[in-house]
Amino acid sequence: MSTVIKVNPVACTAYGYCAELLPELVTLDEWGYPIVERGAVPPHLVELARRAAKDCPRRAFLLRQAATEVGSST
Amino acid sequence: MATATTDSTITTDRAVPGDRSTLLGGWRARHRADLASHLAHHGAPPLPRPGDHAWPPRLAAAVEASGLTGRGGASFPSVTKLRLLASAPGRRTVVVNGMEGEPASAKDKTLLRCAPHLVLDGAELAACAVGASRIVVCVADGDHHSADAVVRAVAERAGTALAPVTVEVKRPPGRYVAGEESALVSWLDGGPAAPGWRPDKGHSLTIGRRATLVHNTETLAHLALVARYGPESFRSRGVPDAPGTTLVTVTGAVEHAGVYEVAMGRSLGDIVHGARPTDEVAAVLTGGFGGSWVPAAALATPYAPGPLAAVGGVVGAGVLVVLARRACGIAETARVARYMAGESAGQCGPCVFGLPAVADDLGQLWRGTVDGGVLARLEARLTAVDGRGACRHPDGVARMARSALRVFTADAAAHASGRPCAFARQPSVLPATVGAIKAGTT
Repeated sequence: MSTVIKVNPVACTAYGYCAELLPELVTLDEWGYPIVERGAVPPHLVELARRAAKDCPRRAFLLRQAATEVGSST
Repeated sequence: MATATTDSTITTDRAVPGDRSTLLGGWRARHRADLASHLAHHGAPPLPRPGDHAWPPRLAAAVEASGLTGRGGASFPSVTKLRLLASAPGRRTVVVNGMEGEPASAKDKTLLRCAPHLVLDGAELAACAVGASRIVVCVADGDHHSADAVVRAVAERAGTALAPVTVEVKRPPGRYVAGEESALVSWLDGGPAAPGWRPDKGHSLTIGRRATLVHNTETLAHLALVARYGPESFRSRGVPDAPGTTLVTVTGAVEHAGVYEVAMGRSLGDIVHGARPTDEVAAVLTGGFGGSWVPAAALATPYAPGPLAAVGGVVGAGVLVVLARRACGIAETARVARYMAGESAGQCGPCVFGLPAVADDLGQLWRGTVDGGVLARLEARLTAVDGRGACRHPDGVARMARSALRVFTADAAAHASGRPCAFARQPSVLPATVGAIKAGTT
């Protein structure tokens, strides 16, 4: 099992907290919306990713458990 | 939504002259087929007797053997959708997607207006195959001609053995993204006509608690032919990887803009030249506004998903817009991008902010009023919008713009250095949409 990040683009309104809390995996585009590294969250960042998910005011930053790593997740 | 100017011309390809087992073969153009003439032409659809449990899997097997794929843009195997829904719990609905939000496309309107009973046959057969108790035909709110044809056809069938499942006609708003299947289902469910975010693709759509099958108009008409004439008849046209015929709307710089039924695998050049280009062809926009440009050098390419992909093209919604040599591909691309920016559902930031920014960059490039970084900035913005919406609307714009930079490389470089081509100020080759696009660019 591995953890992957999914951003709900409909819910997201560019608060940008996720990029503050998890700059290792999240950058913001020129309009302030998050661009997330694809693939599994490295184990040492999972706790920070949970925090980012919990603190997202729009509940748009989500963590999913993936059974196997998918090469071309979208 | 502007109605395409192309829907008055309906032409059947030479490969299918007068052949009754095709969509438009032997059909008299511009006449709505009433029930009597439909039945005289095709005979009754092979609907099941009540309680015949062997029938649904038999129909699914025929659809599978035919190799029919969705004609709405995704080219997804039709049988997969049928089986997914047949195994869904609870009550089910079949939705006929006749929205045709693609401005350059007129194929679904053509079918709904000329052969509504063939589409309804397909819907009834699909409903029986998946055990649905409701059929909803969706026609855009501005498309009165198509809706009238469907309503009259539904009335002719009501109470007969040809309507085992009742049919409703609904009129969702005729916006570009309203025809995206999750947007359509959302609207039918009382929500906005906007796409939903589906992180886990593959689960079925629902209206209320009813599992819902959404099929394009043309797909269902083909299904009705497969059920009648058999998968071998369907596969006797087209190529092994892309069997059957398909409807193509050819428009742009051609004398005979219209809807053509062609066998899959015919060359792009054959199809384009059948519509009589007005001048030497420079490029063709394949798929529609969210499709991609293909250069004239690739006109020998067979019209089918695989070969088209190899030259950067797409079947998409079955649209071919012809650009003549004396025209500006950058200008056309900028107009299309501006239109598409205006058609965003307004939900996802990268689409809401990114598409107008992309259209601004392309507009600068078009006019030659550029700063030094326009091409690099445009590339970065295309990366920033691609794949970042709930639906594929921004992806389509990114694909179309990238293909323009690839196909019109020399033009783009000249425009970027402040030297727009002599044709940049010409009227658009997109007659069906010039009004809508103009509104966005002035």
